[in-house]
Amino acid sequence: MTWTTLQNSLRDHGYVASDDLAVALHLALTLGRPLLLEGAAGVGKTEIARTLAAEKNTKLIRLQCYEGLDAAQSIYEWNYQRQLLTIRTAAEDGETGKAVEERIFSRDFLLERPLLAAITQDTPPVLLIDEIDRADEEFEAYLLEILSDFQVSVPELGTITAQTRPIVILTSNGTRDLSDALRRRCLFSYVDYPDRETELAILQARCPQAELSLMQQVVNFVQNLRREDLEKTPGIAESLDFAAALMGLGVADLTRDPQALHATLSTLLKTQTDRAAITPEVAVRLAGKAA
Amino acid sequence: MSRVSKFAARDPGPSARIVGFAAHLRDNGLRLGVAEADQMMTALNAVNASNADDAALALKTICTGCKEDFDRFDALFDSYWRDAGRVKHKSIPKPQTKSNDESIHSSRDGQGEDMGSSGSASAPEGGDGECESDGEGRLMATQVKNLMQTDLRELVRPEDIAEAEKVARRLGAAMRNRRSRRRIAARRGQGLHFRKTIRRSLGTGGEPLALIRKKRPDRPQKIVSLCDVSGSMTLYAQVYLAFVAGLIRADDTSDAYLFHTRLVRITEALREKDALRAIGRLSLLADGFGGGSDIGPSLQKFADSYARRFVDGRTTVLILSDGYDTAPAEVLSNALAKLRKRGCKIIWLNPMKSWRDYAPIAAGMAAAMPHLDRFVAAATLQDIAALEQELKTL
Repeated sequence: MTWTTLQNSLRDHGYVASDDLAVALHLALTLGRPLLLEGAAGVGKTEIARTLAAEKNTKLIRLQCYEGLDAAQSIYEWNYQRQLLTIRTAAEDGETGKAVEERIFSRDFLLERPLLAAITQDTPPVLLIDEIDRADEEFEAYLLEILSDFQVSVPELGTITAQTRPIVILTSNGTRDLSDALRRRCLFSYVDYPDRETELAILQARCPQAELSLMQQVVNFVQNLRREDLEKTPGIAESLDFAAALMGLGVADLTRDPQALHATLSTLLKTQTDRAAITPEVAVRLAGKAA
Repeated sequence: MSRVSKFAARDPGPSARIVGFAAHLRDNGLRLGVAEADQMMTALNAVNASNADDAALALKTICTGCKEDFDRFDALFDSYWRDAGRVKHKSIPKPQTKSNDESIHSSRDGQGEDMGSSGSASAPEGGDGECESDGEGRLMATQVKNLMQTDLRELVRPEDIAEAEKVARRLGAAMRNRRSRRRIAARRGQGLHFRKTIRRSLGTGGEPLALIRKKRPDRPQKIVSLCDVSGSMTLYAQVYLAFVAGLIRADDTSDAYLFHTRLVRITEALREKDALRAIGRLSLLADGFGGGSDIGPSLQKFADSYARRFVDGRTTVLILSDGYDTAPAEVLSNALAKLRKRGCKIIWLNPMKSWRDYAPIAAGMAAAMPHLDRFVAAATLQDIAALEQELKTL
């Protein structure tokens, strides 16, 4: 399989990947290494993992990172309530301490969190570690250990080794610099806002029922909008919403209906200042350029 | 395909060229280990390596690790592999034939020849010889004081830069140590964290075996510094840069940029362990050093791009500039207002504020004043050192 077949197959599943991204994914799959994706919010970093899981026909296991994420929430935790109940009932049944202990520290009582779940699957799943830059640096260290050995050691049980190696995708919005150690273990690709042709292809793949002329207008409008001085530049997710909103309102031509255009701008502009900066006149001008 | 580099005829083969390419990337500041060269070969096997574009994409994925590198890679690739047909030197350096025995420390080498030290048989050589350092030590002490009071324009030698770096470290520490009033769970600290202790005791049948404590968490303050290196700042730039370098080296969450007519991120370059190499890499980046100054547009660019990623409510932005701007003052004022909205504190260090009768009447400086948390003089190293107290109370 070459990277172009992967690219085409992703396209069949509704994801239009740039050459950069397709090669990076292809290498991540062939070399069996994690792939780190960076880029602005809403350019389709999370979506690629979802599409890849659909394309490979496997499970997607997602770990959303946040400040204060720790091992108990990301790797495993003992099911304390169940253990307590078992101890109570065991006492009534007259079971001996040794047997109870062995029972309550078995796999049945282990709550698998995403990282452990990912290495205990029969078919290699796609493990998505989303927004790794939000997690603390201590967590990065945990992650490094798991990403290099693909094994987890539980003191009471011993070491659990991966049956299959998951396909690991990490995403980052770049709110902080990641450690060099993590970057070195991963392949890297930067996902940028798409160019005109790519964006049109994405819209067509996602909204096949829409008319081509409207989609062209939408793409041109959004591309022009990205060049304006905005606080939050609209991503692909936003332009998809925009297209859906226009279709829902039955707008066939952007330049014809300034009111509908202005109303649907709420799908693209997400802050008060941006709303104020793009007045109806500006919107019409951008749409006019687009036509 | 005439653009493709020609390699020397005796060149050992593709793997040697890949190693040469890795060295080329390393020279240009990409951080690659030994393992990467190996992975580059594997990656090339995984794609159609005879197609140059495919190969470039594959190597890019392996070798880069951040956006800056990612953007530069294509140019680096072209400069090595598509060098317009110029003949490349042999990729692998000759093994060193000269074998110096490291265990012998002598002023004479193995053949018994003098190695050319300046000392004679009756007097030791100058420098770090024991008998001279004694006097030099006292001299050094007075020199330190002297240096603290001279105008920064005299600070150019490396050892003085090291001194500026020390001040930067202290200052960074003063700004960084912010403690929260709230308390979070910790392994050590005063007081018990009841909620967590009780929760943990469930695992041990209601017996609180593990006691969880709580403490006040550190809320580290990130420092982002923007250094003006335009023509009017040339006199101060070198020391300001040393100061910025000190800030970066003292802690790895801080961030640095310099600007003249454009904005350049220099954090990666300054992270280099060897100070001299860091400055070397910096001069590669700082193309345009000492040119015109576009403070407003540069800050605008900063507010629009990097600030979104790196500036938040726990950030202090240091601007080191004299405020002489060629762009209209509103641009500067707008940029600062926008930056301000991210919740950061803005401190402006101006080398000229310590001049007698100085008033911030330059249009740019006047426009900036309402947006600043602090406006301080920093012409001498002493000024910068004195900031420590002021920054603690910010």
